[in-house]
Amino acid sequence: MIAVTMLEAIRQVLREEMAADERVVVLGEDVGPRGGVFQTTAGLFQEFGPNRVLDTPLAESGIVGAAIGMAVAGLRPVAEIQFADFIHPAINQIINEAAKLRYRSAGAWTCPMVVRVPYGAVHGGGLYHGQSVESLFCHVPGLTVYAPSTPNDAYHLLRHAMHGDDPVIFLEPKRLYASVRQALDASCPGTGAVVSRAGRDVTVVAYGFMLHAVLDAAEQLAAEGLSIEVLDPRRLRPFDAEPLFASVRKTGRLCIVHEDNATCGFGAEVAALVAEHALFELDAPIRRITGPEIPGVPFAPVLAQAAVPAVADIIRVLRDLCLY
Amino acid sequence: MLHRALWCTVKLPCTRDAWCWAMPAKGVPGLVTRSVARAAVRMADEVVEHPITRDQALQFYRHMVLARSLDDRIWLLARQGAIPFAVSGRGHEAAQVALAMALRPGLDYTYPYYRDVAFTLALGLTAEDIMLAAFARAADPSSGGRQMLNHFSRKGLRIVSGSSPVGSQIPQAAGTAWAIRLRQEDAVVMVTFGEGASSEGDFHEGLNLAGIHRLPIIFVCENNGWAISVPERLQVAPPGVAARGAAYGMPGVGVDGTDPLECYRVAIDAVARARAGDGPTLIEARLPRLDPHTSSDDDATYRSAAERAKLAASDPLPKWRHRLLGEFGCDAHHLAVIDEEMAGRVDAAMAMAEASPAPHPDSLLDHVSSGDEGI
Repeated sequence: MIAVTMLEAIRQVLREEMAADERVVVLGEDVGPRGGVFQTTAGLFQEFGPNRVLDTPLAESGIVGAAIGMAVAGLRPVAEIQFADFIHPAINQIINEAAKLRYRSAGAWTCPMVVRVPYGAVHGGGLYHGQSVESLFCHVPGLTVYAPSTPNDAYHLLRHAMHGDDPVIFLEPKRLYASVRQALDASCPGTGAVVSRAGRDVTVVAYGFMLHAVLDAAEQLAAEGLSIEVLDPRRLRPFDAEPLFASVRKTGRLCIVHEDNATCGFGAEVAALVAEHALFELDAPIRRITGPEIPGVPFAPVLAQAAVPAVADIIRVLRDLCLY
Repeated sequence: MLHRALWCTVKLPCTRDAWCWAMPAKGVPGLVTRSVARAAVRMADEVVEHPITRDQALQFYRHMVLARSLDDRIWLLARQGAIPFAVSGRGHEAAQVALAMALRPGLDYTYPYYRDVAFTLALGLTAEDIMLAAFARAADPSSGGRQMLNHFSRKGLRIVSGSSPVGSQIPQAAGTAWAIRLRQEDAVVMVTFGEGASSEGDFHEGLNLAGIHRLPIIFVCENNGWAISVPERLQVAPPGVAARGAAYGMPGVGVDGTDPLECYRVAIDAVARARAGDGPTLIEARLPRLDPHTSSDDDATYRSAAERAKLAASDPLPKWRHRLLGEFGCDAHHLAVIDEEMAGRVDAAMAMAEASPAPHPDSLLDHVSSGDEGI
């Protein structure tokens, strides 16, 4: 099988699912003839027409609200929020409506809807094109949150999300859209946490662009004789904790890496779970490597670079942790 | 006659009644001056026939009385502390029943809001359903006791579960109408809300979407003049909610929400328009909120005694009773029998709901999600 980028993998699964299930519709800003600002939906409008690929008004609450109403009527909408930074007007529709519909109707109504959300820092993105928003949604019962980090996972997790009956926040690390190529597996490799690189000395949890930075760091540390285990959670909510506990039992050390800032971030939950369930497996304090406590990633290249954990930072912390 | 277009015949009963927002013909919705509107009303007066039979008129009455009796009883129960909370639709009944009677329950989707007791009863909910929700029982068909009362839901009737943040159902309703359009089904959607919700951004986003695609949907603003304590003059810039329809490319129709016949005419017309593929309609029904916002509110802090006393004059129920006795030739005994029957239903529903079990604590975590994320 030929290797594809994450962008191509997402486009491919959308195309395959639209062909297989006429209930699937794609909606959002610029998803039509333009094919999305990232070209994720390129060609879909031409192939499936204006009744399946819907350009919406520039109104995020309306996009998600309309998608909920479509799901209620039996469609399987996949809504695109152009940038994670623009999802905030839709938060009420996501948290108060989509996530609660099943619970508040005692299971009578469901909301099979996927909201695709390109997230994370990119060069020149500035405060409002580079945010990481996962912790806002990981907190919410009723939502499923995926954060694929490879083309293969994006392909299979999105298909899984589209087949499910729950509202899904599908976080796409836009810095990885075109930078990694991978052949796609024929079958779904599961949706829970997986070990991306096996090791003995430290367990590192990372996703999105940071997963690749950590893999890079692990490779460099291997030359020093340090063995890093890298765990990719893939599904942030509900989080699949067992592989994490198994890994920590083996390594005795834990570090969590994400672009998002630390306070109440995803790493805080991972640290708390290990503290609650595997504290005495630990030989060293838990470490977090995260973005700084700033409201967004600045525009100036020097500042933007300083706002995202670098491979060198990761190497330094992991080395310290190994030597603790 | 029943489906006669009525854009020109609709009156805005408010005190600042200067304009009738209307669609005079098959054209662009626009502003009709007072004189044109009056002329249209006069014209309409000459040809007006009752759009409903006496049996239907009595059916309207039954729904209105049942809703009123339920609201009265539930308010009392809250005051006694037997249930934690009450919110009523007292004063809204005429419009609500008329709107529901223009729909086909089970085929047309509705997105009601928390005052829609009469609306949902007329769609097919029962007194038991309302009481089970008031007592937050496991058998509450709307939510199994999870939601406050009056957060109506019944999938079989296509009554879609709603939330408490006002206005959020409006873009959802537009989305359902969009799905109907995409699949070329002939269902329509009706979504209701108060004038407070018309200030939310979701009002704009939903109406804009519906206007762009000429979706099969009827937006209904039940304007009772008060969003808790905030009066309409601090909520809605003149010339009012209905006038906004023109900006979204749809007729905006103001109607006396205490007159069920006017409401029914307007609703029938809007539903026919939606079903025919002619697009959405915005209806603004003016009606009184006879109660405080909820049982937790004290409207004496913002409405004077005189003002509150005046509300009774616009109570739609005695007005409708009067018209039944007059125009429809019903006899008083028959109405008294209905009153008694509905009171009996409320008694029975209350007894049933009170005796019905509360949700089991073990059900707390049920229905959060499908549980199949990990497959």
